[in-house]
Amino acid sequence: MIRVVHYLNQFFAQIGAEEKGDVAPSVKAGPVGPGRALQQALGDNGEVVATIFCGDNFFAERQDQAIDELIRHLGEYQPDLLIAGPAFESGRYGVACGAICQAALQRLGIPAVAGMDEDNVGAGLNRKNIYIVNSGATIARMVPALQRMAALGVKLARREAIGKPMDEGYLPRGVKRNEFAAKPPAERAVDMLLAKLRGEEFHSEIAPPKFAGGKPAAPLRDLKSALIALVTDGGLVIEGNPDKIEPGRPTRFTTIPISGVNSLDADKFDAVHSGYDTAFANQDPNRLVPLDTMRELAREGVIGKLHEFVHSTGGAHAAVENAVQIGRQIAGRLKAAGVTGVILTST
Amino acid sequence: MIPVAKELGSLRAIASGGITSPTGNPELSPEKEKQFRRELVLRALQTLQQEV
Repeated sequence: MIRVVHYLNQFFAQIGAEEKGDVAPSVKAGPVGPGRALQQALGDNGEVVATIFCGDNFFAERQDQAIDELIRHLGEYQPDLLIAGPAFESGRYGVACGAICQAALQRLGIPAVAGMDEDNVGAGLNRKNIYIVNSGATIARMVPALQRMAALGVKLARREAIGKPMDEGYLPRGVKRNEFAAKPPAERAVDMLLAKLRGEEFHSEIAPPKFAGGKPAAPLRDLKSALIALVTDGGLVIEGNPDKIEPGRPTRFTTIPISGVNSLDADKFDAVHSGYDTAFANQDPNRLVPLDTMRELAREGVIGKLHEFVHSTGGAHAAVENAVQIGRQIAGRLKAAGVTGVILTST
Repeated sequence: MIPVAKELGSLRAIASGGITSPTGNPELSPEKEKQFRRELVLRALQTLQQEV
C-alpha cells in the first residue's frame, strides 16, 4: 500500500476563504475535502495518511518558513508519494503546490505530483522540475484531475516508467528522449502542413514558449525630471466602481483621475478584487497605491512629477491574452502622456 | 512573489509589504507605516534606475 500525503491550501483544507490566507502550515491525519476523492481515485493502491496545508498568503510571503514546516510534517508520516492540489487557476496556490512538490523531491526524495491549470504561473515556474497534471481552470474538473494525478503518482511511487506528457496527462517538462520515427522530419513537417491546410488536428513536435516577455526599458537616468505613473493590479476603483471593472477574470481597466488628490481616502476609493482580502486596502487605499508618498516626493523634488491618472485592474485569474491586452493599452496611454517611469503595485 | 514577476519578464521587482497591503503594514502605527511606505517607494524608484 502506497502511503500518500496530500497538500491543500486553507480553502480546500476547509479552514476558510481569503480571510484565512495567512493560516500557518499545519497537518491533519487522513484525507480532507478533495482528499476523499483522491482516496477514491487511489483505491486499493494507496492510502491518504495525512493532509498538510497552509494559507496561500502565508506561503507567498514566508515561503522558506512554510516549506520548512510542511516538509517537517511530511517527513513525520514517511510517505511514498506527495500529491498537491489541484490548484486550477489560483496563482498563489499553484506556486505553493509547485514549490512543496519540488522540496519533497529534493529534500526527502519523495516523488510528487501537482495539479493546476497549464496557464497557472506555478506551472511556468515548476513544470521542468516536477510532474504537473493539467487540471484545467475550474473546480468542475476536480475528480478527473485527481484521477490522473493518482494514476501518475502511483506509477512514480512504484518507480515504473513514465510515458509521454500527452499520454500520461502531465505538462511537458522539456525532457527530450530519442525515439525512432517512421518518417524523416521533412515528411513529418509536410504532413503537419497538409493536416493544417485541411483543417485537421495535428501536434507540433516543439512547444512554443507561452510567455514571450518584453524587453526591459532602459534605466531611468534622472529622477528629478521623471514623470512617474502609478498602476495597480489590485483593483483600486473610485467608490462605487463607476467603470465596473471586474473583481476577477479582468477584461478591462479603470482610469482614475487624481488631480488635486493628495491621499487616497477610504471613503472615496475602494479595492475590488476577488483574489485577496481587501480589508486592509479599503481601510487605507494608500496601502495599495502609494499616492500620499508620491505626492510628498514630488513636493520635495525627489521626482519630477506624478502622472495625474492611476490605471487599475483586478488581476485575479486573468487570462493571459486579456492581461496582455490590458497591459498594452495602459502602456500605450502612459507612453502617449510622456510618462518615463511606472510603479506598479501588485497583490 | 518575486520569482513569479521575474518568470514573466518583470525584472525590476521588489518585495512589497504583503499581498493584502503592498505599500503598507497594518501592524505598524500610522507614522511608522508612512515611513515604511516612503522607504519602499524610494527603493522602487532606485530600482527604476538600475540596469537589468
